[in-house]
Amino acid sequence: MAETARRMSALEGRAYEGSGIALTPTAPASRLSLRAPEASLSALSKALGLTLPRKPKTTAADGGRAALWLGPDEWLIIDEKGADLAALCAKVSALHSAVDISHRNTAVLVAGARAEDVLGAGCPQDLSPARFPVGAASRTVFGKAEIVLWRTGEEAFRIECWRSFSDYVFSLLEKAAREA
Amino acid sequence: MLLIHCPYCEEERPELEFRHAGEAHIARPENIAEISDEAFQRYFFIRANPKGVTFERWRHIHGCGRFFNAARDTVSDRFLMTYKAGEPKPDLGEAGGNQ
Ligand SMILES: [Zn+2]
Repeated sequence: MAETARRMSALEGRAYEGSGIALTPTAPASRLSLRAPEASLSALSKALGLTLPRKPKTTAADGGRAALWLGPDEWLIIDEKGADLAALCAKVSALHSAVDISHRNTAVLVAGARAEDVLGAGCPQDLSPARFPVGAASRTVFGKAEIVLWRTGEEAFRIECWRSFSDYVFSLLEKAAREA
Repeated sequence: MLLIHCPYCEEERPELEFRHAGEAHIARPENIAEISDEAFQRYFFIRANPKGVTFERWRHIHGCGRFFNAARDTVSDRFLMTYKAGEPKPDLGEAGGNQ
């Protein structure tokens, strides 16, 4: 009985590909919930190597790291290479709150010509490129679950959701994707 | 679906992202430990509930998370305007004329 427990992601083995749509759980990433007043933003931007966006519904992304505007003093920072984001912020003396939420969230990539339609099955926002262009991100809802939606390409979105909601979110996405 | 303008997100967003948060512009008494039970009751429980224009707090809970204020007509359910928390109660003039 010398077995070692193997860590499994919440959406292990789940993926769907259909005509004009692909649903793919993302690899693990590190994530930070960052709250800070205006006066701290330049110091935090420098520490994170990204200019924290000031405008609603916008993002800054560079080299696998991204900062998503969630509110006037709130950002979601994602690093796909797994950097210790909290440690980077810990070096900043300016007032801020940085909470590591790497394992609270998980994410699904929604890609393909039908991505907008599939997301439209559960998200009430206008996702047309005019209102939700590439690089836009927003906290919103998908069905009964709260998500953060980020448009990473013309036909590509990343859905961040709490891991405990991920089964529900993926199931609803898949149901919508199967409806041709 | 009703669209509500969030003054922090600076755009209209679907009502599913919002939550109602009671009447706006109710000032908490500074000397709350000293006021009478009747005065506390008026502050804490009694609300205007008008037929017509009402001023309410709303929260963009599944968006930016912020509380803000809104003037809404309780007859038509139309949002006349929204504005940031802390800003003074607006004078709606004609639009609020049926109050
Ligand atoms: Zn908002």
